[in-house]
Amino acid sequence: MAITMAQALNTALHDAMAEDDKVVMFGEDVGILGGVFRITDKLQERFGEGRCFDTPLAESGIVGTAIGMAMYGYKPVVEMQFDGFTYPAFEQIVSHLAKMRNRSRGTVQLPVVVRIPFGGGIGAVEHHSESPENYFAHVAGLKVVSPGTPSDGYSLLRESISSADPVLFFEPKRRYWLKEDADLPVRTEPFGRAVVRRAGTTATLFAYGPMVRTCMETASAAEDEGWDLEVVDLRTLNPFDSATVVESVKKTGRAIVVHEAQVFSGFGAEVAAQVAERAFYHLEAPVLRVGGFDIPYPAAKLEEFFLPDVDRILDAVQRSLSF
Amino acid sequence: MSDTKMPLDLDPADLLPPAEPVQLLDDEGTLHEVDGYPLDLKDSDFRDLYRYMVLARRVDKQAINLQRQGQLGVYASLLGQEAAQIGGAYALDQQDWVFPSYREMGAALVRGVDPGKVLHLFRGTWLSDHDPHEHHFGLLSIPIGTQALHAAGFAMAAKLDGSDLVVMSYFGDGATSEGDPHEAMNFAAVYEAACVFFVQNNQYAISVPLSKQTKAPTIAHKAVGYGMPGYRCDGNDVLATYAVSRKAVDRARAGGGPSLIEAVTYRMEAHTTADDPTRYRTPAELEQWKRRDPIARFETFLESEGLLDDAFRAEIDEEAQAYAKRMREEIYDAPHGDPMELFEHVYADPPASYAEQRALLQRELDEHGTS
Ligand SMILES: Cc1ncc(C[n+]2csc(CCOP(=O)(O)OP(=O)(O)O)c2C)c(N)n1
Repeated sequence: MAITMAQALNTALHDAMAEDDKVVMFGEDVGILGGVFRITDKLQERFGEGRCFDTPLAESGIVGTAIGMAMYGYKPVVEMQFDGFTYPAFEQIVSHLAKMRNRSRGTVQLPVVVRIPFGGGIGAVEHHSESPENYFAHVAGLKVVSPGTPSDGYSLLRESISSADPVLFFEPKRRYWLKEDADLPVRTEPFGRAVVRRAGTTATLFAYGPMVRTCMETASAAEDEGWDLEVVDLRTLNPFDSATVVESVKKTGRAIVVHEAQVFSGFGAEVAAQVAERAFYHLEAPVLRVGGFDIPYPAAKLEEFFLPDVDRILDAVQRSLSF
Repeated sequence: MSDTKMPLDLDPADLLPPAEPVQLLDDEGTLHEVDGYPLDLKDSDFRDLYRYMVLARRVDKQAINLQRQGQLGVYASLLGQEAAQIGGAYALDQQDWVFPSYREMGAALVRGVDPGKVLHLFRGTWLSDHDPHEHHFGLLSIPIGTQALHAAGFAMAAKLDGSDLVVMSYFGDGATSEGDPHEAMNFAAVYEAACVFFVQNNQYAISVPLSKQTKAPTIAHKAVGYGMPGYRCDGNDVLATYAVSRKAVDRARAGGGPSLIEAVTYRMEAHTTADDPTRYRTPAELEQWKRRDPIARFETFLESEGLLDDAFRAEIDEEAQAYAKRMREEIYDAPHGDPMELFEHVYADPPASYAEQRALLQRELDEHGTS
């Protein structure tokens, strides 16, 4: 059956709440409206206002109270309405959500999931197209997850909700309507496992979230050039599956990391460093990074010039091959 | 549906704090009953309150000494705030929870937390060493005001679960300028969560006086903006801090929702052992507050009631010595423990990279030893 990413996420929330009455869902407009992207559609109707509720408009409050609820014994899943509005919650996420387990010598666990629709490509107004994932990948104590396919959307969200560790779950908002033939419930590979979406020999494209689809399209387009590209979906930035990354580089000898976030100090830098440390002698060319430019996310009419696309990625493949 | 009218059951005037802070014991230690704040205390409670205050002061002194001896990196004293802290925590039941800041050694004592354990944060052996679930006392929170949200969330969870426990969140006057206590009070009010926000207004946030934090008539007045009662009391009068807390806690437990307490007090010590208060306050001001010492005042009252004799004093003294001794034993030259523990608690399910980093640290330890 064809399902969308949005349906997969909604079903994952539904199934998790049906299975465990300690799972609660809250955030801005997630109740009767079902969230601005409808990811929490009908959860309040099904599970009641106690378990799916609208909060006052305050992101630090949402994450901070989720921490208190988790200390009590609940498993809160909270929604940041948009990527750019995660920032008010930064202190609660970094100073408490990530650290509480360690500070308390393991006596306090915080099984909290922070869901964040992220990334651009939908013509949104300022602050609604950001890619803040790497701020959080840098923080010890958090897991950072970003699905690129609907079945991963379902499975990784279920795993996030049952995780004893806090998870920042980055939903590729421009892929909410992406379809895939899959039957729910579905279980895919666990956290910490990257997946080869397309096997190839010419070069490897590494991506996560929204760019997985773009890389698959790039691989198709590359066939016209006679290039056989491998696409690796990283899926979880932390934990990071360096083994699969290294294995792929050993095979193709060329690595290109793709993300929407600006390149400078982005997650691609981590991937490049891991490859350099672990697969140096297998490299035929320097690791290349393809991403947004090192500028603030632009106005909607200009985002097509900012975002990585098939052409920009193919250009990087060309540079790698001609090194 | 939108509704532009105020809910009729809410008259803002009912939420306002009294014109003067509630005081039951005057500066001379004479008891004056105050309407609306009945005292439900037995002789044994009076003695207990005294005991906790004296113990808190001794434990505090011991901690300062440990810092002077180089045993603690830093320490934040509660001297002068014993009545505020202890009166608040004493109004709680065992099932209730406290979410403290870094200055709450007195509240910790009332909850039964071993003070030596709390000091590991300041010694730097670990970031804390007590299990919050054991005594229902959260980890000391250093980022100002952030713990108020954990308290609100905990109280929201208790309500959802059908529990009648009450949560008390402590923070300072400076914290009332931060966003998190504001969000916490607003969340607690909206969900009618059983959360009592207890502000120890000790007049300063490090060097910055209250007048630079707010233009509100008092901190307690802020409660009205959240639709909760604001209580204001003499923070150096343990019977007032208790009676006001009793009222707020009972109200919360009965489903009446949150409230805000402002205990007007004074920090007699430096902000922390690293601070030099002579740069921002006068000896005259200090002298004025010294005369309002919370323990001396309560002592006068207990003596007039015939509740304080030498035997009881000796008993407390012995207990205080024992506490101080245990603190020294716990903290003195406490090692940093096994460095390999650094990786132990970060994740329930650690990433694969930890194996390599653990091995690296182990090699360093093998080559260079632990010190
Ligand atoms: C978010 C944040 N900003 C700044 C600091 C540094 N700091 C530590 S204590 C303090 C003053 C706090 O004053 P108050 O809330 O009145 O509490 P008190 O120390 O008087 O008990 C400051 C500014 C901090 N710990 N956290």
